[in-house]
Amino acid sequence: MIDFTEEQIERYSRHIILPEVGAEGQSKLLESKVFMIGAGGLGSPVAYYLAAAGVGTIGIADADVVDLSNLQRQIIHNQDRIGMPKVESARETMQALNPDVKVNTYNYFVTEDNIRDIISEYDLIIDGCDNFPTRFLVNDACYFEKKPLISGAMFRFEGQVATFKPHQQKDAPCYRCLYPEPPPAGLVPSCSEAGILGALAGAVGTIQAVEAVKELLGIGDSLAGKLMVFDALRMEWKKLKLRKDPGCPLCGDNPTITELATYEQACELKFGE
Amino acid sequence: MSVTVRIPTPLRKLTGGSDEITVDGTTVGDVIESLESAHPGLKERICDDAGEIRRFVNVYVNDEDVRFLEGRATALKDGDELSIVPAIAGGC
Repeated sequence: MIDFTEEQIERYSRHIILPEVGAEGQSKLLESKVFMIGAGGLGSPVAYYLAAAGVGTIGIADADVVDLSNLQRQIIHNQDRIGMPKVESARETMQALNPDVKVNTYNYFVTEDNIRDIISEYDLIIDGCDNFPTRFLVNDACYFEKKPLISGAMFRFEGQVATFKPHQQKDAPCYRCLYPEPPPAGLVPSCSEAGILGALAGAVGTIQAVEAVKELLGIGDSLAGKLMVFDALRMEWKKLKLRKDPGCPLCGDNPTITELATYEQACELKFGE
Repeated sequence: MSVTVRIPTPLRKLTGGSDEITVDGTTVGDVIESLESAHPGLKERICDDAGEIRRFVNVYVNDEDVRFLEGRATALKDGDELSIVPAIAGGC
């Protein structure tokens, strides 16, 4: 266990007082390393809360720069940061909130060539990206590197959150057990085309952050094997069962995916059009 | 057999904005046909040309994915709730 400074004891006192966390749990958080894909709508609340929680090392990857149209939901950035790389802006905000946190910035997108090396350094991976190819890439890489993955996604007024750790539990599914294939090109519009309720990002990302802290601490029930679905218009959360698919091409009985492949950009589709 | 079907946001333009539809059917396949009769266009969003549920759409009866039950042949009972859960990818 680490030796807390007086300031740390005060900063984390509301955690330390929780029997489920305690000094030991807080110490564990400070020694944890989390890697986040995306510094956007979901990445903002996740990064903010993980930094506040004192997760010791936070890696964050994103190749974009802050744009005015981001600020309706991406609360880790601000007006003065327009044009700045999102990962730099995120780092400044996190370190202003909590100087205990070491932030590693990756000012590029994860690809099949770099992702395994990057995530091998981390304990837990959080996906808040904005496209299907990256979701499949991240899922496959986490499976090969045996890293737990907390995945969040949203669309207009709806959100989905799931935890994948098929390497830890024999019956736990991966993202491909949930959705074996991405939709074909042309079926799902992007945020800029479809719109997104800004605060939805907070609802979904905050659930990811809660789940991440629980996963790091090893407390409570994991979301593994469940899919949380949020409908903001109905103001309703549902928890659906996620089964491991024995025929899954990645984690099933006879896998056909044995290494990272090229993940096609297949976005800009129209599921409901 | 009357069941409730939850319609996800992307498909609500086909249901005139309704987020929930009550239809008759004794199997999941029946319900999809009933949905199509009531709101033409829904079936092709859920099923492929062969009538199979698309790989990027999951249909749940209560909290169970029908892929792990009997797919379209999954029997329904009065009061069951079907949810259509398409893959979404936004994080932006």
